[in-house]
Amino acid sequence: MNDFSPIVGILIAAVVVIGIVGCAVFLWSQDSAHYTIGKTTGHAWDENLEEYNNPLPKWWSWLFYITVVFSLVYLALFPGLGSFKGMLGWCSQSYGGRTGCQADQYAGEVKQAESLLKDYAPQDIRALAANPKAMETGRRLFMTYCMQCHGSNAKGSAGFPNLTDSDWLYGGEPETILESITNGRQGVMTANDYLGDDKIKALANYVLSVSRRPHDNQLAQRGRDLYIEEAICRTCHGDDMRGNKMLGAPNLTDDVWLYGSSEQEIVDGIKFGRNLPGGKSTSNRMPAWGGFLKDEAKLKLLAAYVYSLNR
Amino acid sequence: MSETQTTYNYKVVRQFAVMTVIWGIVGMLVGVIIAAQLIWPELNLLPFLSYGRLRPLHTNAVIFAFGGCALFATSYYSVQRTCHTRLFCDWLAGFTFWGWQLVILLAAVSLPLGITVGKEYAELEWPIKILITIVWVSYAVVFFGTLLKRKVQHIYVSNWFFGAMIIAVALLHLGNSAVIPFAPSLLARSYPVYAGVQDAMVQWWYGHNAVGFFLTAGFLGIMYYFVPKQAGRPIYSYRLSVVHFWALIFTYMWAGPHHLHYTALPDWTQTLGMLFSLILIAPSWGGMINGIMTLSGAWHKLRDDPVLKFLITSLSFYGMSTFEGPMMSVKSVNALSHYTDWGIGHVHSGALGWVAMVSIGALYYLIPRLFGRQQMASISLMTAHFWIATIGIVLYAASMWIAGVMQGLMWRAVNADGTLMYSFAEAVKGSYIFWQIRFVGGTLFLVGMLIMAYNMFKTIGEGRSEDAPVLAPSHA
Repeated sequence: MNDFSPIVGILIAAVVVIGIVGCAVFLWSQDSAHYTIGKTTGHAWDENLEEYNNPLPKWWSWLFYITVVFSLVYLALFPGLGSFKGMLGWCSQSYGGRTGCQADQYAGEVKQAESLLKDYAPQDIRALAANPKAMETGRRLFMTYCMQCHGSNAKGSAGFPNLTDSDWLYGGEPETILESITNGRQGVMTANDYLGDDKIKALANYVLSVSRRPHDNQLAQRGRDLYIEEAICRTCHGDDMRGNKMLGAPNLTDDVWLYGSSEQEIVDGIKFGRNLPGGKSTSNRMPAWGGFLKDEAKLKLLAAYVYSLNR
Repeated sequence: MSETQTTYNYKVVRQFAVMTVIWGIVGMLVGVIIAAQLIWPELNLLPFLSYGRLRPLHTNAVIFAFGGCALFATSYYSVQRTCHTRLFCDWLAGFTFWGWQLVILLAAVSLPLGITVGKEYAELEWPIKILITIVWVSYAVVFFGTLLKRKVQHIYVSNWFFGAMIIAVALLHLGNSAVIPFAPSLLARSYPVYAGVQDAMVQWWYGHNAVGFFLTAGFLGIMYYFVPKQAGRPIYSYRLSVVHFWALIFTYMWAGPHHLHYTALPDWTQTLGMLFSLILIAPSWGGMINGIMTLSGAWHKLRDDPVLKFLITSLSFYGMSTFEGPMMSVKSVNALSHYTDWGIGHVHSGALGWVAMVSIGALYYLIPRLFGRQQMASISLMTAHFWIATIGIVLYAASMWIAGVMQGLMWRAVNADGTLMYSFAEAVKGSYIFWQIRFVGGTLFLVGMLIMAYNMFKTIGEGRSEDAPVLAPSHA
């Protein structure tokens, strides 16, 4: 460790030892001072506040001495006295050229445990999905990394896709799922407020109508025309409104709603895109796990588990 | 000699004493609300009433509003009585009252607005910190000014502790508040002058000594005056008070790093934090022994004196927390306990069991004397308060201990393949029952405070503000 120059290290060690030993010396000097059991010191405050001069309880003094001795022994064994590393050579984590510390040992244990998974890395995702033992590990990985957004039942919530249905934004093939997990996804829905509130409302009603939801017929008719006229929607969601998996553009005809199915929610989506005002973060972002997990076996197990959810 | 020179200044004591109860209710109510928000997240109704904003409001309100007012009231009362002289500088004492209330008010507005430095127990932004500094220095002038004009030669032990608290808190506050205001919101944003782990170390040097001096040394000052007074017995051992006082204030200053175990803080610093925390057991317990043994020979008084019940129970909780704290500072124990509800349990067995109980006992002693009464309006309500509060603390601390150990064990449990045995949410799910028990415990404690407020206002209504004459020192 090079936190400080050797002189500072020695200074720290000296202050610590003097401090701790000083406690014991102070205790000893007071412990052997003069006592008068059952008699007060002779001073009185505020009518009747007085003090006995009883000796220090023996057990208490011993407790004090024991903590002092324990500390000195501990300082001989473990790092504490400035730059002195301690006789056991223990350290919490690699630092300033030190290795083999507690954190390294832990990381080593984790690595060894994870080597149990290495056989999974070359395997086919479909095969892994059919392997109950692999899927037990996959479920636990899902519960550690994925459930925060997608839920412990993987059914998602507003803004977070349901992984148990057959509706896939980017595709449900094993390789596509693996790609989504490894490199993440960044879906884009542009803000279209330039269209004006009337047109947006008409479009929203049209979208509701193709999912066979309650809607205003007249507005939906107008929205249908607008959908063709205003190329902006078609570009991603397609002429048939079935979306585009290359872009992650959702299918608008299947009555599956990532951000809610009310007219207002759809209007907001069209108007503001997926970056609503008022602090509601709907960023359409799936984080990339490849760089974080750095483990093909884990990524494949996760992909297989997600794939298995709607089998 | 004028009238005011022959009486003690009880006015400022009355002001602080009444506000202690009021702020106690406010702070604990916010605590109950955030405890409820953990169980029912729907209660996070508005941004400024959300858990993240209210939690620092709760800690600031109970520590600095409730605890602070209790310290001002009891120290102002006991310093003039043990010095046999009126408080130094009446107007400055009055200023400390209004100044401190302004600090509390500013905290109550700025924290819900999200204006915060983000350092635990030091969240308030720099303009408020400057006001705190001014009030605190005024407090020091009043307190030490009174000590200087004392009519007795020896300084009574309670004043050592109050004095140490005032000096150390000033030091900590100045050290940890060194910030640079940040444009454009100059008044509402600043950044520490320290960086990285050094900033963390300064913060926990402050944070742990806020516990050590504000909440321990200060409240030991309360104990040293009110326990022997109420028991009518001399302090058990002068020698013990000397040893534990100096040992306590010396070792506490080193203990902060135990808040940063297994972080980027160098190993040697972590070790010192742990060892000085362990050495602290005996110095801490010195105060408990001196308090409890003062009652030796008068144990029967505990049966029907609710003030002593509060004071002695507070010392028991003090002994428990000051043993528990050093144990939690041991690295391997800390690896389990840190970041769990065990910490919350530990803090509250100290905050409710020790700090609040000793304050409540002292206030029940003070209030009748400040308002010209022999005793509180209702003794049975005091006893009821004692039992409700005690049951509340036991429920609170025990549920958090169990929840904490459970969380620690669940977080670290791993399968043979290296995966976590429990997801984080499973530990959350397992905690619900304990959070519910904690909610009940906290609510009980709040109910006790409401009973106290009723009793206090009834006593005030029956009495009248009365300043006692300054006593001549007795030369025994």
